[in-house]
Amino acid sequence: MKIDFEHRQAAHCESGVTSNLLWNASGGKITEPLAFGIGAGLFFAYIPLIKVNNGPAIAFRTMPGFIFNRTCKSLKIPVVRKKFGSKEKAQTFLDECLDNGHAVGCQVGVYYLPYFPKEYRFHFNAHNLIVYGKEGDNYLVSDPIMETANVLDSYQLERVRFAKGALSPKGHIYYPKENKDITDDQIKQAIKSGIKKNVYNMLSIPGSFAGISGIKNTGLKIKKWRDKLGLEKSGLYLAQMVRMQEEIGTGGGGFRYIYGAFLQEADVYLPGNQLTEISSIFTKAGDMWRTAAVHAAGIYKGRIGSQEDFNTMGDYLLEIAAVEKAAFETLKKIKWQ
Amino acid sequence: MKKDDVPQDLSSLGKITKEVCYATDGNGKYVTELSSGWDVKITALDTAWGDIEKRIAAAKQQVIDGKASPLLFFIEYRLMDIAILAGYTGFWKWQIKRHLKPEVFNKLSDNKLKKYAEAFNTKVEDLKTMTVHED
Repeated sequence: MKIDFEHRQAAHCESGVTSNLLWNASGGKITEPLAFGIGAGLFFAYIPLIKVNNGPAIAFRTMPGFIFNRTCKSLKIPVVRKKFGSKEKAQTFLDECLDNGHAVGCQVGVYYLPYFPKEYRFHFNAHNLIVYGKEGDNYLVSDPIMETANVLDSYQLERVRFAKGALSPKGHIYYPKENKDITDDQIKQAIKSGIKKNVYNMLSIPGSFAGISGIKNTGLKIKKWRDKLGLEKSGLYLAQMVRMQEEIGTGGGGFRYIYGAFLQEADVYLPGNQLTEISSIFTKAGDMWRTAAVHAAGIYKGRIGSQEDFNTMGDYLLEIAAVEKAAFETLKKIKWQ
Repeated sequence: MKKDDVPQDLSSLGKITKEVCYATDGNGKYVTELSSGWDVKITALDTAWGDIEKRIAAAKQQVIDGKASPLLFFIEYRLMDIAILAGYTGFWKWQIKRHLKPEVFNKLSDNKLKKYAEAFNTKVEDLKTMTVHED
């Protein structure tokens, strides 16, 4: 059975998958930035206790899976999601979905993903792609970060669906249960609740590891890295931060630009709330993250590396924290028109 | 970021696919623009790989010196750790730690070696000799 599905490239895998799976139901209204904002995708977390590739875990986005969940929930779209203990059952279920005409989202690991360049293959298990058909032993795969669609044979797909390590996907599969029409009114409500959730995540999560306080705290820590970790290791940590901030899937500037685009699109649905003006603050924040990345590159390339340079690096994050704090406080105070 | 400032430094990903960036046009409106890479990211990735190469070389030396079994080399070569390897093979972590000792590794059954070879996407023969093929 041929499924009516068109591959569309996006910046970020999960918001891209969400937008593409809802494309037909929403008549193309749920764009990637809308999915990202409604799903309250923007975040910051620094978790030194969890090691990723021998460095600290740093995230600029919310937990994997949250964007699709929240977006569907606030648009009142019922969702089917399943994980599997057995590889055979996972494949049978996938085949049945395709037979029934459902394009489905799959969580995969990228280490054994054949169309990824070797340099980008790490044991990162929170990548998302869409399977939208089967020809013989080959599955038709739409990976939102790729320009064109791809093909994986059943062994290749099974291998990435059952990748191991942190956040292992266990064959995780998900899709909207039915193609319900999405009204503009629902979108308006969903935008408001997405912003509210994101305000909470950035301003009010307790502790100093996440949100604005996480950015501030990381800035203070970076100033001590040179003495505490030595030049080489601090360089590796900064490189890790820049990768999480700018690598494939972020849209640039640690997702801040996607969020800026979201607020501009939101302004069309909810005019008179200054969302376009607030969007430009996020553009500024994204620019600041990129300026900080250029400075970080100076350190991990070994061009600079004095304590003064680490102080400057830390100060960049403190300034960003101040800018983003003001932006989210403005969002918090909106009296919706 | 302005649309015209979206960097176009060719990365190893850029040779296969360009990536979508969000940037603003002349009127401040957000649009998408394709980027073939950014020097700052390329060197960040190079830095990470430089570290990995060092770890692989150190692991190889440990095996040559008889201080560790070839599993250590492949763990580093495949960017794994013991937990990930336990996931792929079904062995317990304490078992893998034992198998990291050369004398224990040398007595492993073919069946167990096959599990390791499959996890590392290699052959049993290559596993023993630390031979790698580019893939």
